[in-house]
Amino acid sequence: MSDPTKQIDLLVVDNIQTFVGQFHILEGVTVTVPKGSITVMLGRNGAGKTTTIKSILGLTPPQEGRVVFNGMEIQGKRAFNIANLGIGYVPEHRAIFRSLSVLENLKLAERKKGDFDRHSEFVFGLFPDLKRLYKLPGNHLSGGQQQMLAVARALVPDNKLLLIDEPSEGLAPILIQQMMEAIKALSETTTVLLVEQNFIMASQLAERYTIIDDGKSVKSGLMEDLVHDSELIHHYLGASIKTREELEKAHES
Amino acid sequence: MTEKPITMEPVTKKTTISSLINRERGFLIFIAIMILFPFVMNWITGTGLNEGITKFWQGQFITFFIMAVFAMSYDLLIGYGGILSFGHAASFGGGAYAFALLMKHWAPNFMSQYRILIGSLDITQTIVLIFVFLIVLLVSILIGLLFAATSIRLKGTYFAMLTLAIGQALFILIKATDFHEWTGADEGLHGVPLPVWLNPTQNRLTVYFITLVFLFGSYLLMKRMTNSPTGHVVVANRENEDRMRMIGYNPVSFRTVAFVISSVFAGVAGALYSIWNMSATPNMLSAVTTVDALIMTILGGMGTLIGPIIGAGISQVIQQFFYTWFGARWPLVFGLLFMLIVIFLPYGIVGTWRLKRLDIKEGWHRFVGLFKIQKDQS
Repeated sequence: MSDPTKQIDLLVVDNIQTFVGQFHILEGVTVTVPKGSITVMLGRNGAGKTTTIKSILGLTPPQEGRVVFNGMEIQGKRAFNIANLGIGYVPEHRAIFRSLSVLENLKLAERKKGDFDRHSEFVFGLFPDLKRLYKLPGNHLSGGQQQMLAVARALVPDNKLLLIDEPSEGLAPILIQQMMEAIKALSETTTVLLVEQNFIMASQLAERYTIIDDGKSVKSGLMEDLVHDSELIHHYLGASIKTREELEKAHES
Repeated sequence: MTEKPITMEPVTKKTTISSLINRERGFLIFIAIMILFPFVMNWITGTGLNEGITKFWQGQFITFFIMAVFAMSYDLLIGYGGILSFGHAASFGGGAYAFALLMKHWAPNFMSQYRILIGSLDITQTIVLIFVFLIVLLVSILIGLLFAATSIRLKGTYFAMLTLAIGQALFILIKATDFHEWTGADEGLHGVPLPVWLNPTQNRLTVYFITLVFLFGSYLLMKRMTNSPTGHVVVANRENEDRMRMIGYNPVSFRTVAFVISSVFAGVAGALYSIWNMSATPNMLSAVTTVDALIMTILGGMGTLIGPIIGAGISQVIQQFFYTWFGARWPLVFGLLFMLIVIFLPYGIVGTWRLKRLDIKEGWHRFVGLFKIQKDQS
């Protein structure tokens, strides 16, 4: 990878403050996502990762701070306008439309006519299951298939940036592997901002990380530096997460 | 287990006549029976097409056809759009009053002053009717927009209450004695002048077929709409508006589309109802009329379109027979029956049947699959 400072930042979240109702959830989050990279947001449950994503999208608009996408300030714009700038969102909990079929779910995501036809080969290449089940209504899919449909839906239009929230949540290990490969494949054409609790998955996918703790971004940098810094990992991400080295040791013994 | 190679069917299937007949078999059979009905009745009973029991049953069916379209238009809102409005009768009554007011107060004046001729053919009446129906459309679009505007900020119960308030406000407005000269206040408008060929007492069969064609056309149009990409967006909106926002849709504009389309169908149904009764009464605007449509939709099954037609039919039959059986207390019996239906068929008649049918189909596939695996292993 070339010098990170020379890269163009596709998305800059600059010190945003967000309230949800009465609660001050984000108290200064800064995230930069260089073009063409996978950046991961790490942090404990309730740290504010999902709220950061929702603030970028305008679903919970930030009160203060700036969100710059592709050189344009987008904070305060309405959510559907932000999405139409070319930001795809894969929410957690398999947010598909359950009464529509797989195909209808995908067609719905078209922004321009023919989006689906142009990308269907790529999408079905990543998720062959969906091609087989394209006629089935969403509520007949398994959890993993629903998650894949949610990712696939974000790939139908020409998105410059994908925000993916906990893609591995509740998936069987074999499906996690498939999901990782899919994200790797799609990151060749799209920039990705990922939220992921599964540190193994995150560390293998992402080039950059930002740690969010208690509504503030506390640390960011290159993933290769983080995987060796077990103290930092333990401090912010909890004792349950092991570094790669520790895992390797555990395997050896 | 090895998987068969999968070939995708073409995504956009063209609707051909044969595929239409195949999909809508039940509905088309129903329409065919309805076309034959007056003639068969005439043949069996020996009474003329425009007299006695044959004429009476045509009248019953005319009401049924119109109420069926009104109920379907409500289904578009509540079943597909997930929008619970208690002011839907405003569109129905609005269409009826727009028609009746113009036919009573404007058309006679206009026709006594102007003649529109093509060669020697006098087409004034036709032009007047077309113009009046255009105004009916315009009025129903405006009413649809009015309700859509209230839904921008309000949701759920608050929205439902506001629609009830607007509906009742229009109901009171049309009953106001201040406009007695125009609207007839409490009594409504009676004796709406109609051309002879459209007069339900003189030419009931014509009205019968006009309303039947209206039902047929409305059903196919609504079916087409709900299967269109816009229809899917409306359904997706019902499920989750935030999800729609994040894929880049403005939920408000699609809710507006649902309101306007539904209101137009209800408005035209109202205008036809005022042709059939040759009158427009304040009752058509009251919340009771909305609840009638609600009951028909729930009875038949929300979000099915065919359900409200069945619901309208059942409620028509019940009104007819329960009155003779139970006298003035019939709504009490109907209420109990309605409760039982809701308890035992929570998705309505059509909805529950569709649900069960899918289960049976899936079970059958599982059953067949069981044998297939065993064959592979042996």
